[in-house]
Amino acid sequence: MSDIGPLFLLTILPLLAALFIMVGAQPRLTARISSVLLFVLTCFLLFRYDREAGDFQFVSGWTVSEAMGLSLLFGADGLSLAMLFLASIVTVAAVWVIPPIKDRERLFYACILLISTGVVGAFASLDVLFFYAFHEVALIPTFLLIGIWGSGDRQAAAWKATIYLGLGSFVLLLGIIGLYSAMPPGIRSFDLRVIQEAAAVGVLKPDDWVYLLLLIGFGTLVSLFPFHSWAPQAYASAPTPAAMLHAGVLKKFGAYGLLRLALPVFPEAMQTYANLLLVLLIGNLLVVGLVTISQKRLDWTLGYSSVMHMGYIFLGFAALNELSLSGAGLLMVAHGLSIAALFALSGAIRDKTGTLDYSELGGLARVAPMLGLLFGFATMASIGLPGFANFPGELLVFFGAFSSPLASPAAFGLSNFQWTTVVAVWGVVISAVYMLRAYRKVFFGTMPERWGSLSDIDVRTRYAVILLILAMLIIGFYPQPILELITPSILLP
Amino acid sequence: MTAAFGLNPVFLEAIVVVLGIVLLMVEAFVPKLKKSLIAYAGIAGLLVVLGLSFFASGAFIPEDAKYAAYYTGDALAMFFKQFALVTTILVLVMAVEYAPVLETGMPGSRPGAGVGEFYTLPILTCAGLMWMASATDFITIFVSLELVTISFYILVAFMRRSKACLEAGTKYLILGALSTGFLVYGITWIFGATGQTNLARIAEVLPQIGATSQISLLFGLALVLVALAFKVAAFPFQFWVPDVYQGAPTPITAFLSVGSKAAGFIVLLRVLEPFYVIPVIQEKIVAAIAALAGLTLIFGNLAALPQTNMKRLMAYSSIGHAGYLLMGVASVGVVMAGPAIVYYLTAYLVTTCLAFLVLIIAAKAIGKDDVVSFNGLGRRSPYLAGALLISMLSLAGVPFTAGFLGKFLIFEAALTDGHYALVVIGAITVACGFYFYLKVVRAMYWQPVPENAGAVPVSLLSKAVLAILTALVFILGIFPQWVLSRLTLE
Repeated sequence: MSDIGPLFLLTILPLLAALFIMVGAQPRLTARISSVLLFVLTCFLLFRYDREAGDFQFVSGWTVSEAMGLSLLFGADGLSLAMLFLASIVTVAAVWVIPPIKDRERLFYACILLISTGVVGAFASLDVLFFYAFHEVALIPTFLLIGIWGSGDRQAAAWKATIYLGLGSFVLLLGIIGLYSAMPPGIRSFDLRVIQEAAAVGVLKPDDWVYLLLLIGFGTLVSLFPFHSWAPQAYASAPTPAAMLHAGVLKKFGAYGLLRLALPVFPEAMQTYANLLLVLLIGNLLVVGLVTISQKRLDWTLGYSSVMHMGYIFLGFAALNELSLSGAGLLMVAHGLSIAALFALSGAIRDKTGTLDYSELGGLARVAPMLGLLFGFATMASIGLPGFANFPGELLVFFGAFSSPLASPAAFGLSNFQWTTVVAVWGVVISAVYMLRAYRKVFFGTMPERWGSLSDIDVRTRYAVILLILAMLIIGFYPQPILELITPSILLP
Repeated sequence: MTAAFGLNPVFLEAIVVVLGIVLLMVEAFVPKLKKSLIAYAGIAGLLVVLGLSFFASGAFIPEDAKYAAYYTGDALAMFFKQFALVTTILVLVMAVEYAPVLETGMPGSRPGAGVGEFYTLPILTCAGLMWMASATDFITIFVSLELVTISFYILVAFMRRSKACLEAGTKYLILGALSTGFLVYGITWIFGATGQTNLARIAEVLPQIGATSQISLLFGLALVLVALAFKVAAFPFQFWVPDVYQGAPTPITAFLSVGSKAAGFIVLLRVLEPFYVIPVIQEKIVAAIAALAGLTLIFGNLAALPQTNMKRLMAYSSIGHAGYLLMGVASVGVVMAGPAIVYYLTAYLVTTCLAFLVLIIAAKAIGKDDVVSFNGLGRRSPYLAGALLISMLSLAGVPFTAGFLGKFLIFEAALTDGHYALVVIGAITVACGFYFYLKVVRAMYWQPVPENAGAVPVSLLSKAVLAILTALVFILGIFPQWVLSRLTLE
């Protein structure tokens, strides 16, 4: 098989744009055109996807190694399309908010577009090894972006994130190798469909340690407690568009991988290690949640909050039923939109004031009402207020987790999953505390005099954020279309 | 090969030797000749041999040939002949770039003195490497190994006025001679136990030898292993590597780290194979290799962390890569282990030569080869920096590069064969690798340009070679079949 399909074009679109920029095309214009094209093409595929038929569509690619069962294969089902939608919309927003770059503008734009290539390629890949490879590729531009254009202690942040993620993805690679070598020799392949098929008919039964490798590997990438400490620092230091793409989209790769790879293959191991995962995700929700409350800077608050919210996604994954898994899928998209909007706005504040320290900010809503309004929307979305996309996602996760089929009796008549759900619901309260506190500290209260002449949010950031908020509102009020995409593609074992 | 035109592979070595001698003569008797012409003639000659090698195969060795017993033309041998040719061509390209630096280290009786020999000796080394790829008898292995090593003795110490270079030469000479001693002594013990030096015959008589002979056989094998561990720079026989790599002329460093190492590995694969017929011996060999691999991985990668000199960094990185390769050697139970090692070596060839070529070009312009002297290279010469970036990423093992797939194949083989401890060590050292390779990237892209530093000039030939190597890193990373299929055909 060797043919070029729409998903391949989708993947190389940002790559080509990056190359053109490196050899001399006008950076800003090229990046904007390519990001809009990416978004339009993704939306087009969303409409062309045949929901009746389901399964992976637009499959195309070519064989790399017949003997190994390796091929550069692209294909998308509902879940991947939902993630591709997220990737492309955040790419548009991220490219749009890029402020004028004085130092090496070309490299900056090329790096942003390379991250975009990595995420789009990962979500569009049907071959597990290339799925992994595309994600890993995005690490290097992130390293450069944080190291060159970052703020604060940028070098330390760049090193920490890169080595942490490098090690995490290597653990993941070992897990993938373990999975691969557990397949019977005749049908060994990296094709996701073959793996899922083999698991479904029962010929693929890897040992439990493969599951643990995948859990820790993917977990590190999604910042599962206690493998999360790279995230807040990296997001706080990263340039705004890099933080948007990384926190919003790239990080979801891990959760997506768990849903795709671990779920169909390891139902028993998930049962065995359910309590371990529950404890870890409570760590995400409560420990990291409390840590978030104590932050003194907006960028660190957002960084930690993005770690904390991963707890819900893990809960949805751990509970292993249709409700919770659909909720996790929806939440991945919703959280990506909300955190990208928040990072865009905090970047705008940093560009204007030069600081994100709560003690130096306050009352900004008076001079920048539009900024305040948009930040308010993003805050509400992040907390999970009804009407925003996060709300149905969290709700589905809670409902699903409460009735998880994996539940085992724990104490006071409630199962382990029910207890976890009870604790997790408190996470909503915690996130309300720190987000509203952040909102108050930055936008209300007394305003230091030096901010009196501040201008309101600039046009490019305004429309980028409005685009993200619109998407959240539409999904929040009418989640049915996207749920119809996600739910059938989640394979229950 | 179904070609109507077939060539006996013996002629390939013969042509290379003749080429080397002719060029040496021309150098001696035509003193007015521009020295770089010799290098270009060498490159052209080797390219012709490389072309011819695709028509040569073991099938064209006459059956009644006397040398057929100790000379093989199998797929592995043919592949490594081409490997040696490509390496030597790249080393000659580097040598041309390096010539101005070389002259500063030579007694300057007349301009260009000694540069001609610097271009011809690698060709003779190449002949040794090619012969070694085909050797299936301990005697031929030893002779070809010596041909390679002795020409390296000269090349390493080539810059007579540079103290570092002379120091490197002395160290290499002493330790090289020591390892040769180990090798000969080991061969004698094996000969004593089996009465054979031919690898195929050893495999035949091995099942019949008694228990006492088995002990002496193991002792001999251990000595041979030590000698080869010197060659491939495995811990604890690696201590010559950093100083020699740093002191030697940079093209020779590249030649040592690619050609010499690859030769060590092919000999290792060939020598160990007959002994695997006895499971007890195989177990012991695998345990020894696995221990070597683990220690080499840990030492090479940890010691690379604090390095500040680029050549030393590459030296420790080459030790680290020997560790990954040994991991592959230890995974004998897996069919894919052999192709994995060969693929890894190929990826390593392309990537390391790319790094060294950039290093030579940049160090010539900057005057130093510390990592800090690469500061701001990303802004001074974006393409040069881009090439080094890609080679560092490939060495670190980032996907879509050849280095990634090499690591993947090796780890897959090790995991399938059940070397879990090695795999864990390997995973940690890969993370170390991320740090010290990205340190170079950091210098190039994060750090400011030093004052009044302009773009680094690059010659047309080097530009072309850099472009080809950079492309190869990706091509190999996406289409490994190109290499793998050559060896799985057997």
